[in-house]
Amino acid sequence: MQRRSYFLNISATLGFIFLYIPIISLIIYSFNKSKLVTVWGGWSWQWYVELFKNDQIMDAAMLSIKIAFISACLAVVLGTMAGFALTRMGRFRGKMLLSGWISAPLVMPEVITGLSLLLLFVAMESMFGWPAGRGTLTIIIAHTTFCMAYVAVIVQSRLSDMDESLEEAAMDLGAKPSTLFFLVTLPLIAPAIISGWLLSFTLSLDDLVIASFVAGPGDSTLPMVIFSKVRLGITPEINALATLMIAVVAVGVVVAMLQLRRTEKSRVEE
Amino acid sequence: MSKLPGYALVGRILARRNLTFNRFAAFNPGRKAVISIPFFWLAVFFFIPFLVVFKISFSESDIAIPPYTSLFTWDADEAYATLTLYLGNYAYLIEDSFYLDAYLSSIKIAAISTIITLIVGFPMAYLIARSQGSKRLILLSLVILPFWTSFLLRVYAWMALLKKNGVVNDMLMALGMIDEPVRMLQTDFAVYIGIVYTYLPFMILPLYAVLEKMDLTLIEAAEDLGCHPIQSFFLVTVPLAMPGIVAGCLLVFIPVVGEYVIPALLGGSDTLMIGRVLWDEFSLNRNWPMASAVAIVMLVVLVLPIMFLRNRVGNKESI
Amino acid sequence: MTASDKASRPNYNPLTKPAPELWRDPDATPFVVFDGITKKFDDFTAVDNISLNIYKRELFCLLGGSGSGKSTLLRMLAGFEQPTSGRILIDGVDMAGIPPWNRPVNMMFQSYALFPHLTVENNVGFGLRREGMAEADVKRRVKDILDMVQMGHLARRKPHQLSGGQRQRVALARSLVKRPKLLLLDEPLGALDKKLREETQFELMNIQDELGVTFIVVTHDQEEAMTLATRIGVMNNGEVVQVGEPHDIYEYPGSRYVAQFIGSVNLLEGQVIVDEADEVKIQSADAGCILHVNHGISCAPNQTVHVALRPEKIQISHHAPEQTENCMQGVIEDIAYMGSLSVFRVRLNSGKEIRVTQPNFARDMGARFTWEDRVYLHWDIDSSVVLTV
Repeated sequence: MQRRSYFLNISATLGFIFLYIPIISLIIYSFNKSKLVTVWGGWSWQWYVELFKNDQIMDAAMLSIKIAFISACLAVVLGTMAGFALTRMGRFRGKMLLSGWISAPLVMPEVITGLSLLLLFVAMESMFGWPAGRGTLTIIIAHTTFCMAYVAVIVQSRLSDMDESLEEAAMDLGAKPSTLFFLVTLPLIAPAIISGWLLSFTLSLDDLVIASFVAGPGDSTLPMVIFSKVRLGITPEINALATLMIAVVAVGVVVAMLQLRRTEKSRVEE
Repeated sequence: MSKLPGYALVGRILARRNLTFNRFAAFNPGRKAVISIPFFWLAVFFFIPFLVVFKISFSESDIAIPPYTSLFTWDADEAYATLTLYLGNYAYLIEDSFYLDAYLSSIKIAAISTIITLIVGFPMAYLIARSQGSKRLILLSLVILPFWTSFLLRVYAWMALLKKNGVVNDMLMALGMIDEPVRMLQTDFAVYIGIVYTYLPFMILPLYAVLEKMDLTLIEAAEDLGCHPIQSFFLVTVPLAMPGIVAGCLLVFIPVVGEYVIPALLGGSDTLMIGRVLWDEFSLNRNWPMASAVAIVMLVVLVLPIMFLRNRVGNKESI
Repeated sequence: MTASDKASRPNYNPLTKPAPELWRDPDATPFVVFDGITKKFDDFTAVDNISLNIYKRELFCLLGGSGSGKSTLLRMLAGFEQPTSGRILIDGVDMAGIPPWNRPVNMMFQSYALFPHLTVENNVGFGLRREGMAEADVKRRVKDILDMVQMGHLARRKPHQLSGGQRQRVALARSLVKRPKLLLLDEPLGALDKKLREETQFELMNIQDELGVTFIVVTHDQEEAMTLATRIGVMNNGEVVQVGEPHDIYEYPGSRYVAQFIGSVNLLEGQVIVDEADEVKIQSADAGCILHVNHGISCAPNQTVHVALRPEKIQISHHAPEQTENCMQGVIEDIAYMGSLSVFRVRLNSGKEIRVTQPNFARDMGARFTWEDRVYLHWDIDSSVVLTV
């Protein structure tokens, strides 16, 4: 057992280090006074200041956050419905199709979904006049569509794990299906819905390829701005932006894990 | 850990058999709405677009808005419609070896990166699965954290590290291992690193899910019967973890085939990947029909692995 | 439970008479009727044409192994499954098309199914609130029932903070608080350890007595069924094989399946040689003697029948008894000392193995018999039953 642990620990640790090298470098260089990566100019907050003064990035960030928020909310509603349809609604015509349409977006290359949605919007515009031109609306529709697949999968998993007798007990005690959903099922799948929302928000915020296809001429989402900037080279404001995002996520993950530990501990204290 | 991002859970859902048939069906009027709303949304915004792509792949590129010819022409005087199917796009795909090379190169790169990701990710998943309590939560958080931060930014970070005057080169020179900076960016090597790095969580999570459920006493039984650790690993652990391995590989391979951002940022002009080809056809050449043809062929190439994923993962309970 | 325990519990009415045995009355209307109920899942028939009457205030046990269809039958009664054919009537009302939340039935689930996000109080009050009851009344009823199951002091806890036995009592309280006409219990004692199980068995019976509710219990444990039930319905492969009071089922099983399912039994094969209206004699090679039973049977001439003989009905001795019928010879192969009784495994001259139990009514029972002893086994003519199926 000793020998195996040794080898295992070494290779796993190397893997974790590999995972974090870029992240750590981003953080460190966001504080680097010098623009050049390898020259250390001393600690400085200046890039953070530059970041907030950069209107282009800030506007794009606001737009991305707005789009991500709306898409996440829509995705959660649609995805939960889809998750329910696939686990609790028995057989229906088209169940196989729905199941396929839910699992395919998870692996579909983004260039394909981006192109296909753009062509759809163009065709719809010429046939019905809606959507009139690409813009925020089309990005929201696109993001909602692929995010709802993730939400559906998470909700499905939670529903499958959930003890069905809880829902039966509620029905037995007099709860009609709508009451049952809001009073019993929803509280019990709340963690799944919350993580589905967060996942959708992140995916939407982070999406470059699909947004590039379906965005309008005037819109720039944050990833689009970052992409155009980094193609040209290193911009230190981007380091600052990255560090901020990492910090926010880190706080979120720590909070979530602490919460998880707390509920598990109270469970054991019987 | 079923609160984690959905990739790792696809199989569990697809495998589950719901034995109470139509339990809600008889009594629930809202049922139709709950089923049809997502169904129609996906039909319109996921499925029909593929049909549109298919249709446009038979058009010719045109200086027009939109930049392609229409398939149907309606002659009002004579009252008949003409359907024109332009097969030139597909012909071009087959004739010009560039596209064939791009497809093959994409598959090759995807396959190799999948294997590397598997080799790197397996020990990590194994370690997490073997850890207890707090340690396990911490390690899982460490894996999830990069997943939730912007992937674009993390790829960009590698750009900074792999530059000619970047950190890695400087370190290697400082250690005396090389005399002058090695060209690492804009190469296939950088693309491999980028892909493995980005897709590592997608490999680790399904593996972890399977390894966590594994019965440790099976390994003890194997050792009791005379297996050395390496033997028991390959004869017991690997076969038992196979559903996770297959799922993880498919979850990496399929999207990587069509990957665009990583080759665009980290790859050279000779790093041929079909996702980039599609993008260039679309945005640089403004040739929408050609891009559509490329997309359709990509779909055809990938449809088998996608169905395999659904099947495979549908049969095995664990994931 | 002692008398003073009982008297100190709320709602105890010492004038309550024990339930009349309505099933013995040919004019009584049944409370629950299964009329030709069949349930198929694709090709698999879970319940096959069952017709059964259950009367008010019974504690009826559906007893069977897994796959016997007992749980499916219960779920159809609760409304979670629809019968493929047949009718279910509760108090004269046909339940077809009535969803679970509108049925006068409550169920106690095997897994208890307590809502993890609600306190004990809110779990129990859930059903009352669905009825639209006033909040003050809800609180009062919840308090009363929690006191009755002795969980009043834990009302604010959440399910994950309770032990298994406590959760079970909350589940029971929740299913009783709506005062249903009919209470269904799915393997209610399965998750409890032996001691807790015995206590709970008596508590269930007492509660049923006091509240006058009709109970239908599903179980695979025949001891549980024998203790709790007013009547037992033995199920096998989707059919009800025999219905009767515990005593009848045990002493007069209708088939070999029932005889072997309940308790242990010795089956002796033979041919009928005397067939009268009130007695039967059977020639048995297994037993090596003539078996004489004091009831008549209906069967074809020369049909092979089995005689079911319970181990406790057999007398064992070293000396030959006076009777030649119902008397077998053999050698003691094994003795198991169980504290209150001894179990003997006797190998007969024919090679057949017979199980005999004797209460250890004296301390020196162990000295009287030992391995390899030649013994005689004998019993009375009213101690056994002839089975034709």
